[in-house]
Amino acid sequence: MTALIALIRKDLILYLRDKRALLMHLLMPVVLAAFFGSLFGGGSEARTSKVDVGLVMLDQSPVGQQIAAGLQADSALKISLLSEDEARTLVRKGKLPVAVVIPAGFGKRASDALFSGIDKPTLPVFYDPSQSTMLAMVKGLLTQQVMQASSAAAFSFTDSSSTSEQLQQVAASDLKASDKAQLTEFLGSLKKYQDQRAADVAQHKSDATAGSSGKADGKPGGMSVPFTTQDEALSSGPRYNGYAHSFAGMGVQFILFMGIDMGIGILLARRTGIWNRLLAAPVTLTTVLLGRGISGAIIAMGLMCALFACAMLIFKVTISTFAGFLLLALSFALMTAAFGLLIAAFGRTPEAARGMAVFATMIMVMLGGAWVPSFIFPEWMQQVTLVIPTRWAVDGFDAVSWRGLGLDAAFAPSAVLLGFTLVFAALAIWKFRREQQQ
Amino acid sequence: MAAVLLSVNQLSKSYGARKAVDGVSFQVQQGQTVGLIGPNGAGKSTTVSMICGLLRSDSGSILLNGAPITQGANSAKRLIGYVPQDLALYDDLSSLENLKLFGALYGLRGAALKQRCEEVLALVNLSDRAKDEPATFSGGMKRRLNIAAALLHAPQLLILDEPTVGVDPQSRNAIFDTLEALQAQGCALIYTSHYMEEVERLADHLVIIDHGKVLADESPAALYQRLPAQAALQVELASPAGAELVAALSARPGVSSVQASGQQLTIALGAAEQAASVLGWLAAQGIPLLHFATAKTSLENIFLNLTGRSLRD
Repeated sequence: MTALIALIRKDLILYLRDKRALLMHLLMPVVLAAFFGSLFGGGSEARTSKVDVGLVMLDQSPVGQQIAAGLQADSALKISLLSEDEARTLVRKGKLPVAVVIPAGFGKRASDALFSGIDKPTLPVFYDPSQSTMLAMVKGLLTQQVMQASSAAAFSFTDSSSTSEQLQQVAASDLKASDKAQLTEFLGSLKKYQDQRAADVAQHKSDATAGSSGKADGKPGGMSVPFTTQDEALSSGPRYNGYAHSFAGMGVQFILFMGIDMGIGILLARRTGIWNRLLAAPVTLTTVLLGRGISGAIIAMGLMCALFACAMLIFKVTISTFAGFLLLALSFALMTAAFGLLIAAFGRTPEAARGMAVFATMIMVMLGGAWVPSFIFPEWMQQVTLVIPTRWAVDGFDAVSWRGLGLDAAFAPSAVLLGFTLVFAALAIWKFRREQQQ
Repeated sequence: MAAVLLSVNQLSKSYGARKAVDGVSFQVQQGQTVGLIGPNGAGKSTTVSMICGLLRSDSGSILLNGAPITQGANSAKRLIGYVPQDLALYDDLSSLENLKLFGALYGLRGAALKQRCEEVLALVNLSDRAKDEPATFSGGMKRRLNIAAALLHAPQLLILDEPTVGVDPQSRNAIFDTLEALQAQGCALIYTSHYMEEVERLADHLVIIDHGKVLADESPAALYQRLPAQAALQVELASPAGAELVAALSARPGVSSVQASGQQLTIALGAAEQAASVLGWLAAQGIPLLHFATAKTSLENIFLNLTGRSLRD
């Protein structure tokens, strides 16, 4: 026991005296997590970011104005009024993800084409191909505004001129006789209704009384989305914080780097006489490996706790269950230590082992969702990456931080991480013993 | 005669098709210093690793105080101190912290550990550098601390694997002083080296190894007796020596052999006192000499005589 404690104590002292290691494993993840955290939503006080959209207004008609006003009022968009050339230039340079051109006469033509589908106007939309996901969102919101404005014009309660023009277009069109007859009947009824309403409004005005229907009662005309949503961020735990995931991801990455350094340290000791001196003493190989593993786990656990303490103090990240967090941190720390032993066991030289281990770690953290959340991955990749321990670690830390789940959410990730620990440690010890017996 | 401390019997170890150690046998008695000599790659370090329990032998046995040493046997390890060829120290721990670590590995702790650390630091003359890190030490000081780390548990047998590699003559003398102090305390030593002069100073028994086999296992005096020449006369002539001169010298009584290299002659003699008659004969022949010197035959010559090649080949 004296020997084991001495070995652990030695590793802890050596680690704490290594300023480069502390800088690498503590400061770097904080800096990178702060950066990525700010990219992915920032702190709990941050609002949802708006999409920048350029708007080229060439249609000054009431319908065109209504579309522009609707877009500008949308909370998801930040509208900039531009000329067509400016819009093209900004999108081409990547300064603007999407720009919409509302051409002259668009509003009228859109209203006219609402029922007949004849002579539909074109709405040019420019987009940055690197941000093509924005296109679908903007097109959806644009459709809503155009439908509302054009249908309002088509269904005007007081003005039947648009309906009259549509009737003329239908009459002049080459639609099938049966379609033409039904549309003419529908539009004729609509025109009759509009004329009747116009007369009523005129009557009310003359009586200096408030109108009791249509626009007179202040309700907007035309079609609108027949529902409203009630947005409730159920995944945000106590208070959502965009830094929480970044600290989990960067913590996992840089603590694994610490594990690599630990493994390389063993390889360097084997290259020099230190390893032989340790094994020439009355201690077993298992004691030496256990000492290195325990010290590595203590360092990893300390680093993870220090990183999240920093996240809580500076970036207001909250932990929903400290017991769950500590369980996860311990499981991940043990897995990191076993990973380090595995590198030492199978690495031939420190130089070659470092290159391979860094590559493997980068792949693991990338597929584990440490850089970007795994829910962004395609479905098949979300399933495949479940075989990677880092995926369970990151998901686990997400669960007990920004998702705000309870202790039970930490059980499955911890169990998987401990499973990987056993596999890695067993492989490492088997390889070390095999080499010793040769 | 002292009791046998270590007995190595028909020890063999192969790496693939290469036999690194091939039937090596020798003994070390209590308090004895055995020089394990051989060129690089002769099998010295492999033999030492098996004695220290770091390597498993393919065949043969090693007995320490009559009990067999097997790989990982802790009871045997407590009696052996091992000084590896490389500097096996943590540069970021102080001298004292290094010693405390290695002492703790042998079960020492508390006041006993502290006392032993102070004693060995004094023995290697590093007491005033106890709190300094080895990174700040000279090569010789590191080597001394490297030895100190193997002495904490007061071993009966200290094994030193090339302990003076890369050390200046002054530091080498300091190391020898330490080892002679240990000899005086009755500690048995196995000293591997390919520097004959070091072994000549320390060892009272020699085991010469080459290609994994023991070529000689005797005291230095017995080895010298096996040599045809006990002394050498080195002469520098005014002009290159001809074949006739070499032949005439070789035929002189007491001359074992003559080697000529330009103006240099190395004349091996059966005894040192025969040098005077050789020099007299050269003067009588009217051969002018620029310089001459006599030397005792060294262990280098012994190795050369046994293997036909130099130790540093």
